[in-house]
Amino acid sequence: MNNILKNSARFILLLLIQIIILNEIPPIHQFITPYLYFIFILWLPFGTSRIATTLLGFAIGYSLDMFTNTPGLHAAAASLIGYLRPTILNILLAQEVSEELSKEPSIGTMGWGPFMIYIFSITFIHHFYLVLLEWLQFGDFGYFIGKVFFTSIMSMLLILLAELLLNRRKLKR
Amino acid sequence: MKNIIGFIRQNYTFFSFLILQIVSLVMLSSYSKSHQTFFGNWNNAVAGTVNSKYNEWAYFFNLKATNAKLVAENAALRNELAQNFVAYDTSIKSGTLILRKDSLEKIRKFFYYPAKVVGNSFTLQKNYITIERGALQGVKKDMAVISPDGSIVGVVIEVNDNYSKIMSLLHRNSKVSAMLKRDRIAGSIEWDGMSPDILTLKNISKSASPKIGDTVLTSPYSSSFPAQLMIGRVSSIVKDPSSNFLTLNIKSATNFYNLEFVYLVQNKRMDAQADIEQKGEGNE
Repeated sequence: MNNILKNSARFILLLLIQIIILNEIPPIHQFITPYLYFIFILWLPFGTSRIATTLLGFAIGYSLDMFTNTPGLHAAAASLIGYLRPTILNILLAQEVSEELSKEPSIGTMGWGPFMIYIFSITFIHHFYLVLLEWLQFGDFGYFIGKVFFTSIMSMLLILLAELLLNRRKLKR
Repeated sequence: MKNIIGFIRQNYTFFSFLILQIVSLVMLSSYSKSHQTFFGNWNNAVAGTVNSKYNEWAYFFNLKATNAKLVAENAALRNELAQNFVAYDTSIKSGTLILRKDSLEKIRKFFYYPAKVVGNSFTLQKNYITIERGALQGVKKDMAVISPDGSIVGVVIEVNDNYSKIMSLLHRNSKVSAMLKRDRIAGSIEWDGMSPDILTLKNISKSASPKIGDTVLTSPYSSSFPAQLMIGRVSSIVKDPSSNFLTLNIKSATNFYNLEFVYLVQNKRMDAQADIEQKGEGNE
């Protein structure tokens, strides 16, 4: 119950941060739109089933879409990372960690290396797919690669910042 | 049949993922008209409420700047009023005493409505602005939108009872008829999706001789925008030897980052103009 409450609060909070702050700040450069909302998917507990992460990804993506007037764009990208998340976690994690189902992925529970690979791969997949969908509508290949690359780096920085600020290390025993 | 059902049940996660992807891609690709009519109103209502709540906060912090802008605008309007009251020149006697047509009375073509901006994006490829004024307050589709400085912002594309959605100039599909002030040559203003500050003026004939810093205004050919509104200034000129037309990059005069209020412009004769422009093809 506690977990559900915590995650719904996160859902709303991240959505608000994305809409009110990150979508509003003037673009630093034409390539960079910072995205943070999908950290919700990253932080779901280890035990969340694949179908749940996919549906939750779709839910948060579609909620964001309602505000940016791009129905389906973020929903598609977020449900993709929701679907791929368990696969990536299975590759990265040792057996004993993934058995503690109520814990959440963080530097503390996974260690620096695996966690960095985890957030990098998810961020990259998310942005690649998101920009690809945008790019299919209007194309320029250099623009595509540049945007994926720089937006990913920006989001990585934001995620690490959130991680360090909230100091979720203490979960480690 | 049994096998198929079994297969689907075994892989139901994958199939629900596929369905979600298909649903979102269909929504994305069919967004243009059908989505707007089905979900548009509902989404607008939800997002509009949240946006206006958020906007109450942003509005408070911007009060100072808004005030300054309003004062400046009031001053400009008052100046205009003073200019309007020019005394009738009685020193000239007209030759024909009988011709008495009231030349002061003019037919008003454009009406202006103020509206508050409650949602605004400029970081995406297709940017929209939401305003808190809808069909109940007299907004109609295709009305022009200008900023308090008198530079153009966009066109109304969707209206519900209390909110309307504006396609900003920063939209891939936006197209506004414009002209160079120097030699009155018309072209069309578009946006290439790169920087929110820079618009593109296309289809300018090569007989024009634009210089950097030239003013670009709306042309008299547009049915929604009044003529001679500010759009921006030429920032660079792209010469393409293979074409008969010039492409100019325009530094936009509108500041899309901090829109608080906009004015909607209603052209009372828009329908009549559109009507006559579409007629005649059958007679050729």
